[in-house]
Amino acid sequence: MSKRIDVNDLNVYYGNFLAVEGVNINIEPKSVTAFIGPSGCGKSTFLRTLNRMHEVLPGARVEGEVLLDGENLYGPGVDPVTVRSQIGMVFQRPNPFPTMSIRDNVLAGVKLNSKRLSKSDADALVEKSLTGANLWNEVKDRLDKPGSGLSGGQQQRLCIARAIAVKPEVILMDEPCSALDPISTLAIEDLIEELKNEYTVVIVTHNMQQAARVSDKTAFFNIAGTGKPGKLIEYSDTGVIFSNPQEKATEDYVSGRFG
Amino acid sequence: MPQLTTTPPAPVKRNILTKNQLPGWAIWAVLAGSLVLGAALSSLIGFNVVAWALFSAVLFVAAGYFVTLSVEGARKAKDRFVTNIIYAAFIVALLPLVSVIWTVLARGIPGLSLDFLTTSMNGMTGAVDNQAVQNGTPVLGGAYHAIVGTLLITLWATIISVPIGLLAAVYLVEYSKGGVLSRAITFFVDVMTGIPSIVAGLFAAAFFGLMFGPGTRTGFIAAVALTVLMIPVVVRSTEEMLKIVPNELREASYALGVRKWRTIIKVVVPTAISGIASGVTLAIARVIGETAPILVTAGFINSINWNVFSGWMASLPTFIYRQLMNPTSPTNVEPSAQRAWAAALVLIVFVMLLNLLARLIARIFAPKTGR
Repeated sequence: MSKRIDVNDLNVYYGNFLAVEGVNINIEPKSVTAFIGPSGCGKSTFLRTLNRMHEVLPGARVEGEVLLDGENLYGPGVDPVTVRSQIGMVFQRPNPFPTMSIRDNVLAGVKLNSKRLSKSDADALVEKSLTGANLWNEVKDRLDKPGSGLSGGQQQRLCIARAIAVKPEVILMDEPCSALDPISTLAIEDLIEELKNEYTVVIVTHNMQQAARVSDKTAFFNIAGTGKPGKLIEYSDTGVIFSNPQEKATEDYVSGRFG
Repeated sequence: MPQLTTTPPAPVKRNILTKNQLPGWAIWAVLAGSLVLGAALSSLIGFNVVAWALFSAVLFVAAGYFVTLSVEGARKAKDRFVTNIIYAAFIVALLPLVSVIWTVLARGIPGLSLDFLTTSMNGMTGAVDNQAVQNGTPVLGGAYHAIVGTLLITLWATIISVPIGLLAAVYLVEYSKGGVLSRAITFFVDVMTGIPSIVAGLFAAAFFGLMFGPGTRTGFIAAVALTVLMIPVVVRSTEEMLKIVPNELREASYALGVRKWRTIIKVVVPTAISGIASGVTLAIARVIGETAPILVTAGFINSINWNVFSGWMASLPTFIYRQLMNPTSPTNVEPSAQRAWAAALVLIVFVMLLNLLARLIARIFAPKTGR
């Protein structure tokens, strides 16, 4: 249950503004890939193009191709809804549905699409997803309580459980720990390590230690200046990026001598 | 020999930090003084409660300012002054409301009885009222037909305007991209908010007059007239409620592979439902008391009519209007006035119940919190 992603010559626009230019990247299945770079360099924007969430914003569009196991996500006649059901996403701020219980939040991807699910199947799916998100033991006694009553870290793991409940091929994470304390962050990082066994994981992070801890490969994005498009500067094994980068900009950034 | 020492009791030390502070009772003393002095002043021009309250209030605001100024300083004095002015404004704003409720209760309760709620004015003539006054027997006749009419007309107005208003708001918030159509809708909704209710009534009367012949009057036409007044309120309140649903929830739903229309129906609207429901209820409360559009569209009758599609129909506001302007017995207007006040009380109770219902709905549908 995991697929590879190949991106060829991708340009990302907001209206006429070119936000990210000429990205080529190959993401292996069952691996963790981290995107690092300064704020505003287009990491998150690029991440959102990988499951066609980018075009939800008015005026946003994309040129180039993104291949999921060889199938172009941006090919003519491709339904973005199908794409998103295969490539899940976890957001920066935990966003459980406030009207739903913990259980319903996990089942949201199924229930919102009005798929029929027997009670036993639903129970099994809830337990499997929450266990997969390392949350089952904490919430198993209060599945019918609202999801918004959990702590921030628990909410974020609930969002991950919600994402894996629809059985995606790929999970995208947009700075999933930036709103969390170190202990919750550790819990999420452990979880990413486990998710790698089943899914292709792509994570955007501002925390370089985190990138070094969790990822197999790291991509460094940079921006030449305000109003210029962001670019993929270097993409390599995480060890190489952090110890022996080829580009000067990468070295400056990872060693904290940026700018 | 042990020396006997007596420790003197520690003197009550005043906290130095409370220097230049008025004690807590001071403001009440000022209030009491103002009341006494206000009573004295008002008795100079002939004592009455209004003058007493007015003099006392002015004295209290002024005295409070100067007492605070002399002890606590200019900043605290200004604070005291503005605080008192705000309280005064609040009380003044509350007066008409309390006065209306008091008047309606005092005059409405004598006319209110089970008979009033369950009988119509059918067969009530001036002679019946004259007899009631002469013999001192209870006033006969009631507002049953008007209650039925008000509820039916408002129900139909709600049935028509809620779907239209809801869908228009969903279009504006979720689908429009700020184009010509959405700006036109917003503009005309704003214009509709300002339409005088009688114009809405004339529109409905003229429109149905063209279709079914001039002078056609039914409850349904009144409902259409009220719809014109209700739709902008529903659109506006629903729009505001949908706008405050966080975009993150929509994105979370899209990212799960949920279609846009399902996202709207199952995530956006349920999240905003409590606000939408109370907005709709307040819109109903706003139109339930309309008089003019109902007079020109539904006419007025004394008997019960359950059919909104045929025949004239009474309603509580028109009932009140008719009872006051054309008393059933021109020589003895008292029974009619009593019926009018009782009907006014029933109407106010309806509006209050609707407001309570709005709060209840908001609480029931509100997103659950708690652990």
